[in-house]
Amino acid sequence: MKTLTGHRGLDHEEGLLFEQGQAGRSGVDLPTPPSVKPRLGGLERKAPIGLPGLSEPQVIRHFVRLSRKNYAIDAGIYPLGSCTMKHNPRLNEKLVRLPGLADIHPLQPISTVQGALELIDRLAHWLKTLTGMAAVALSPAAGAHGELCGLLAIRAAHKAKGEDATRRVVLVPESAHGTNPATAAQAGYAVASIPADARGRVDVAALEAALGPGIAAVMLTNPNTCGLFEPEMKRIADAVHKAGAFFYCDGANFNAIVGKVRPGDLGVDAMHINLHKTFSTPHGGGGPGAGPVVLSAALAPFAPVPYVTAGREGLGLVEHAEGSGSLGRLKAFHGQMGMMVRALAYMLSHGGDGLRQVAEDAVLNANYVLARLKDAMTPAFPGFCMHEALFDDRFLRGSGVSTLDFAKAMIDQGFHPMTMYFPLVVDGALLIEPTETESREGLDEFVAALRGLAERAKQGGAEVFKAAPALAPRRRLDETRAARQPVLRWKPDAASKAAAD
Amino acid sequence: MRYLPLTPADRGHMLAAIGAGSIDALFGDVPKAMLNPAIDLPPHQGELAVERMVGAMAARNLAAGAAPFFLGAGAYRHHVPAAVDHLIQRSEFLTSYTPYQPEISQGTLQMLFEFQTQVAAIAGMEIANASMYDGSTGAAEAVTMAARLTRRKGAVLSGGLHPHYRAAIATAAEAIGLALDRAPWDVEAREDLAARIGPDTACVVVQNPGFFGQVRDLAPLAAACRAKGALLVAVVTEVVSLGAVAAPGEMGADIVVAEGQGLGNPLGFGGPYVGLFATKEKYVRQMPGRLCGQTVDTEGRRGWVLTLSTREQHIRREKATSNICTNAGLCALAFSIHLALLGEDGFRRLAALNHAAAVGLAERLGAVKKARLVNDSFFNEFALRLDRPAAPVVEALAKRGILAGVPVSRLIPDDPKLADLLLVTATETTRDSDVDALVQGLGEVLS
Amino acid sequence: MSLRFTKDHEWIKREGNLATIGISEHAQGQLGDVVFVELPEVGRVLKQGEAAAVVESVKAASDVYAPVSGKVVEVNPAVVADPALVNRAAQGDGWFFRLELSQPAELDGLMDAGAYAAFAKGE
Repeated sequence: MKTLTGHRGLDHEEGLLFEQGQAGRSGVDLPTPPSVKPRLGGLERKAPIGLPGLSEPQVIRHFVRLSRKNYAIDAGIYPLGSCTMKHNPRLNEKLVRLPGLADIHPLQPISTVQGALELIDRLAHWLKTLTGMAAVALSPAAGAHGELCGLLAIRAAHKAKGEDATRRVVLVPESAHGTNPATAAQAGYAVASIPADARGRVDVAALEAALGPGIAAVMLTNPNTCGLFEPEMKRIADAVHKAGAFFYCDGANFNAIVGKVRPGDLGVDAMHINLHKTFSTPHGGGGPGAGPVVLSAALAPFAPVPYVTAGREGLGLVEHAEGSGSLGRLKAFHGQMGMMVRALAYMLSHGGDGLRQVAEDAVLNANYVLARLKDAMTPAFPGFCMHEALFDDRFLRGSGVSTLDFAKAMIDQGFHPMTMYFPLVVDGALLIEPTETESREGLDEFVAALRGLAERAKQGGAEVFKAAPALAPRRRLDETRAARQPVLRWKPDAASKAAAD
Repeated sequence: MRYLPLTPADRGHMLAAIGAGSIDALFGDVPKAMLNPAIDLPPHQGELAVERMVGAMAARNLAAGAAPFFLGAGAYRHHVPAAVDHLIQRSEFLTSYTPYQPEISQGTLQMLFEFQTQVAAIAGMEIANASMYDGSTGAAEAVTMAARLTRRKGAVLSGGLHPHYRAAIATAAEAIGLALDRAPWDVEAREDLAARIGPDTACVVVQNPGFFGQVRDLAPLAAACRAKGALLVAVVTEVVSLGAVAAPGEMGADIVVAEGQGLGNPLGFGGPYVGLFATKEKYVRQMPGRLCGQTVDTEGRRGWVLTLSTREQHIRREKATSNICTNAGLCALAFSIHLALLGEDGFRRLAALNHAAAVGLAERLGAVKKARLVNDSFFNEFALRLDRPAAPVVEALAKRGILAGVPVSRLIPDDPKLADLLLVTATETTRDSDVDALVQGLGEVLS
Repeated sequence: MSLRFTKDHEWIKREGNLATIGISEHAQGQLGDVVFVELPEVGRVLKQGEAAAVVESVKAASDVYAPVSGKVVEVNPAVVADPALVNRAAQGDGWFFRLELSQPAELDGLMDAGAYAAFAKGE
């Protein structure tokens, strides 16, 4: 339905900030600066910057209207496989804003930040205990950054043994997330691919055959990107170690096994943990995340700076390690402290018992979805899954409905779609991760909607799917146009031109 | 467990529906001996108990707002309007994912488009991305991007570049075989970087205002880079300076990287922050990170999508421009809201207030006999040379409840020539009484 | 001479000592809407099988390899300016670059249209 205004009930059309500003307006009252002789070396900024002027009510209304165009975990299930979109407790938001944590500078004297170091140390203890690993590097800013940290630690270890020049290749399964090969390249390695077997697991024989003196590391996701536990982890670890390489585990899916099995017991040398997944720091529309990396005893000496140490006068912080084995520094300061606070609060709330329950309920919920959908959709692999249920597009064959169409139709039913077309090893993949924070009633509703859509697709309702979504703030967007003629910023002339059209 | 909706009855019912005899039957692929290890961690706790535990840790820190406070060196304390924190805690921003489904993510996407426009404007560049982890990792990405663009294998790092940034660049660049020429530490901003540019120099990385606070004209260096086929990467660690100091883009930079924390984001003990990354349109294909672009939907209405994704890891894999997968979404939102509230006038005024505060502080510190101002130019931060090592002085002042600044030796511990240097910052949050306390305290400790 | 094809879905058409290269009709269909093309520098010497150009759709990026060895003598600016041309005329106006052949015998190892159609169908 077209309205006179373009607004549709609660869904307001909202222009850009830059189309609303007026010179002389501001949403902040600041005093007139005292007149001083400038000391800017004659480099004052003179030309207009081009920022719009808005009052506070305008700014608030703008961003509130924008917010209402977003789906959110607080509003409904967000079943994105490999993303672990679980509930974000508000207690954690409250605690991270305590002045003693939010309003401290990273370079304050160590004597004035003992509580912050204690918090980091406590978090480290929990992460090491849950993973059964010797050490943890807390500075990586996100999962991919953690991968880089882990591979650089591995590289430093090979360097220390004089083997860096010969060990030039990292083995990565073809089902791996794109960050794995990208990280290997960024760590200076060539990438070789390992196939999956027919059951969605890594082909262990192929992996063993690929090992040799030129291999620096194997990167494996466990549970893997198909949502399955790799049963041969220990055998793989032993083979990797026997070949003189290291075993990197992508911990993106740690939520399935936290408290149930320790990666250290499986022979892992390094694993990043996405605090924004397993430990529920909010995703914030795409970040920030945090990607601490747990390390085995063999890799611990190569951890990056900084790290916390215990001394006679309290906790200390090692910020320089030139001349030691440390791989160096990954970023400024000490890491994503705000995420560490939230993650520790989450862990303290759950306790050791609650975290095991998290994994069990996450796996239970996924298997429930799998069981309830297996006759309506087509599971990619037989048997139970871990925390994600993976389907392929066989149930849509002949219907004229693609995985994408199916996902877009879910939007009209009030749901965020699942992860699509990933992992790449499955045709038209639909990867559903409900997480442990969905209720059974909620899952029943979700399952009923998917069953209904699958039924509709089979009965030949392809046009509805192709046209979906019809009820979202926008219909399907023209991504080809966006890429062919990139418009990456607002420009005054572009706006007046658009108005003239 | 307040966060877990399943009841024991639910679990029983669901296991029956699945056809599994027990929860552990679902974990059948885990070797039996390794399943359910004893985990020595305390049991779950209610809100009140957790609040007390974390609160006790917070209470052991000296908050910046509770003391005369003069630290900077890459993290700056500014007043953040109340509206910012209110808005970023809206569920729809806080608890949404990366906007991969644009039809139901227009809020985040439009916000990113506005953010990109704001960043490009303040940097004086044509385009910007949707943010990096922080300034330091952004700087490292800028160096590898320059190497791809020029097909050269070296980079020159200024002696006025933040030591953590130099270290982060070194970690990333050396991993892919780039050779770094680190200029000596340059307190007075007199280094001749142009002379260091060689035939294999992909870029020169220079910070403005510099780590020691100096403001410099980048135009001559930009010209030298152009003449020798190298790119100029300009780093800004205090984003508020861009409201007063000529933009790097105006001075000819090819890539501008900035730490955006100073707008909208708290000190937070060092993170999460937000990296700003801006460049020229012609370099966009080699730019790392997410990009939001404008388009239309099937009804012709304007909308936004993530675009040019073929640069990124999920498509290009080992040939991607970067392995980065997240951005600093929520911090970028805080930045964007703060800058929207300020507007052109507010942003300039905020910068002017900061500069005036620092000029005033420098004048007052002139009365401290054993401390000498090093800088001939600065924005809101400058270096003092004390008559003795600065670190113990800062420690002594901390005992008096004054957070006096950053001793350079905290970041550069191995250079005795720099041990006496103290970096001091003033912002719009600095009170006259804070200045009084520092002038008096420093005078007494040095006497 | 008629077109010959590679397993990487390039086509090549020889005219004397020169050859024109592009991506196959089948390949453009698989890619979907082409949004970007990057071409080699004129003068670059390519070995058979070397990555020479890039073609991108919204969701995929592919290298285009030199089907045979030679020196790049000309590139097609039209596909850079209008990438949709590759979709409209993959095996005609949507060509990518021209080579001066250094090993013309390499052409003999490539597939003819019939063999390629069978190969593409089986893939």
